[in-house]
Amino acid sequence: MEQLIKYMTIAIITLPLLGSLVSGLFGKKIGTTWSHRLTIFYVFISFLLSICISKWILIEHLGPFNLNIYNWGITGHFTFEAGFLIDPLTCIMLLVVTFVSLLVHIYSIGYMQDDPGYQRFFSYVSLFTFAMLALITANNFLQLFFGWEGVGLVSYLLIGFWFNKESAVEGSLKAFLVNRVGDFGFLLGIALILMTFHSISYIPIFNHVSEASHETISIFSNHPWSVITVICILLFIGAMGKSAQIPLHVWLPESMEGPTPISALIHAATMVTAGIYMIARMSPLYHLSSTASSFVLIIGATGALFTGLVAIVQNDIKRVIAYSTLSQLGYMMAALGAQAYAAAIFHLGTHACFKALLFLAAGSVIIAMHHEQDMRKMGGLWKIMPITYFTYLIGSFALCAIPPFSGFYSKDAIIEAVHHATLTGAHYAYFCVLFGSFITGFYTFRSLFLTFHQKPRYDVSHHHPHESPWVIWLPLVLLAIPSFFIGGIFVKSFLYDGQGLLGTSVVFHNFLNANATAVNLIEESIHSPPLWFALSGILFAWICYIVAPGLPGFFVKVFSIFYTLLIKKYGFDDFNKIVFVDGSKIMANSFYQTGDQAVIDNFFVNGSGRFIVLISKLGKKIQSGFLYHYSLIMTFSLLVFLILILWY
Amino acid sequence: MITLQHYLILGAILFCLGLTGFTINRKNLINLLMCIELLLLGVNFNLIAFSAFLNNIHGQIFVFFILTVAAAEAAIGLSILMVFFRNRHTVVVAELNELKG
Repeated sequence: MEQLIKYMTIAIITLPLLGSLVSGLFGKKIGTTWSHRLTIFYVFISFLLSICISKWILIEHLGPFNLNIYNWGITGHFTFEAGFLIDPLTCIMLLVVTFVSLLVHIYSIGYMQDDPGYQRFFSYVSLFTFAMLALITANNFLQLFFGWEGVGLVSYLLIGFWFNKESAVEGSLKAFLVNRVGDFGFLLGIALILMTFHSISYIPIFNHVSEASHETISIFSNHPWSVITVICILLFIGAMGKSAQIPLHVWLPESMEGPTPISALIHAATMVTAGIYMIARMSPLYHLSSTASSFVLIIGATGALFTGLVAIVQNDIKRVIAYSTLSQLGYMMAALGAQAYAAAIFHLGTHACFKALLFLAAGSVIIAMHHEQDMRKMGGLWKIMPITYFTYLIGSFALCAIPPFSGFYSKDAIIEAVHHATLTGAHYAYFCVLFGSFITGFYTFRSLFLTFHQKPRYDVSHHHPHESPWVIWLPLVLLAIPSFFIGGIFVKSFLYDGQGLLGTSVVFHNFLNANATAVNLIEESIHSPPLWFALSGILFAWICYIVAPGLPGFFVKVFSIFYTLLIKKYGFDDFNKIVFVDGSKIMANSFYQTGDQAVIDNFFVNGSGRFIVLISKLGKKIQSGFLYHYSLIMTFSLLVFLILILWY
Repeated sequence: MITLQHYLILGAILFCLGLTGFTINRKNLINLLMCIELLLLGVNFNLIAFSAFLNNIHGQIFVFFILTVAAAEAAIGLSILMVFFRNRHTVVVAELNELKG
């Protein structure tokens, strides 16, 4: 059985890589049709194998399996192994990643049609799938880091996919650089883990975690910190970069310059959840450190509310969804901070479905509008694009956590978990996530009303939008189904059933009513604030954009300071530009001028030349060429030496 | 009575004359060659004086060697001087600064 699972996992990971290589290297030979057929086929096989493994692990409760494949390297006392940890958490991630990836592959046939980089696109997407699968199946930090950097690289490549567009190139560079900041913390965290536990494999770390809980480390002299706390915070900095938490969230909105399927797959459903996954994976560590958990909770909740507010003022349909992704990632982080790891993973799964759905539906709209992304130039599309409209509607309801859509169960659990948390900052976090659900309702339905309702604001005589072809709406429908049902089906086994679906792979934190069922939860929600907050958000959006369209303009005038603040995105971009970009330019310039030009060029290189010239000029004075000068010097030198010898 | 000291003083005077001439002479290259001869003779005087004083024949043998070398040196020096004069049409020391750096 172990052997079988080992080989199946290897196949799951390497098949997308194979597809990527074939379509990347031989794309010109096999042509567009075969490159998408091959990559889709391989990802489909991966998906089937994932279902197969998940059936054994999740339903038949086999495992967990910790499989080592081979030794990567042995240095001193440390052995670096490559291997897989197959447990329920991995299986859920496998399902999410391969499912969304498969649908995005199919969708891309329609979306990327006639693009000159067609084969390159499929190659990248498959490569991304490979890296993400390597990340989630890893049983040690080295392999996790390999996948982590791999997805970062492909993210960079895909944001800059249209490399002729300057904003795309800038966006890709920004994403890459911001992620490096996070990776810096992540690497330090891994190093500290290696120092503390003498291993970077998960299982040995978890086995020794209780012993390490009393160890301390002094970062500043005489201020001992718990090692676990320091590790957790450093790892969280890594997660901040990858999962776009404040203040490292600035790259995610820029990443929308890439093709829309990529926004759905990488920047909404899978890659940005790598940080969430990693913290859930490290839950035995985070569980022991209330300081780090508080930190995660506060950062997450802040992101959940404040990035949501920015979404209200965005006019680009993809940017609205991007900011809502930031907000939802904040919710997941808040759940992790509240130590409700299962709830975070549950929200990760449902969010992957409905956010991918929203992005792909937005992409469908964008194609229909001939690559116009500004919502102010849309409107009234619901009659023309009914399938896109209904799937977008389902996604919106799920995002706003309206029962019985799947987002309701996961988000409600998160809000409940934050409500019950006793950590420092829990009250603030509860306010953030609760008010955030109002904001979510507002901006989601604002985008829905602006895009699909009202009167058409595009040039009707020129544009004739029509419903997208089946390769585009089929993934929408396939994503709409789980967006509707998956929450209700899995909520009980995920959150309320003892150890639940995730088993021992994350620390289970029982804060919720153990006897709840899907129906119970809906009944309860009527008496609890989150649902009413969300509904009032939707109602507010309806008033603002359907009943009284003049209202938003009025609010902009009245709250112009807040509006400017939101348009400026709280000045994060300006701050980064002034402090980091300009600052590093100034620093680089001064280093260039003092270090390179003054010290190295002027002092050492030219200076040594000038020094030689100077002393040779002095030496030249002695070399008069007159014989009597030489003889005089010779005589006097002889005398001096003679005197010296006689003296001593 | 002529003692060792007298010989030594004479040798020293000769040596100093040679040295001074060699150092301050600005006119003729031939003077230089003569000064070198004077230097060598001054040294020879010392050797002979000590040889007689110490009853040691080695000093006098040395003098013969030095005289031989001096003769050879004078021959080479004069021939260089001849060639030099042919090229430069002068033997004035003050004008010879070809080696100036």
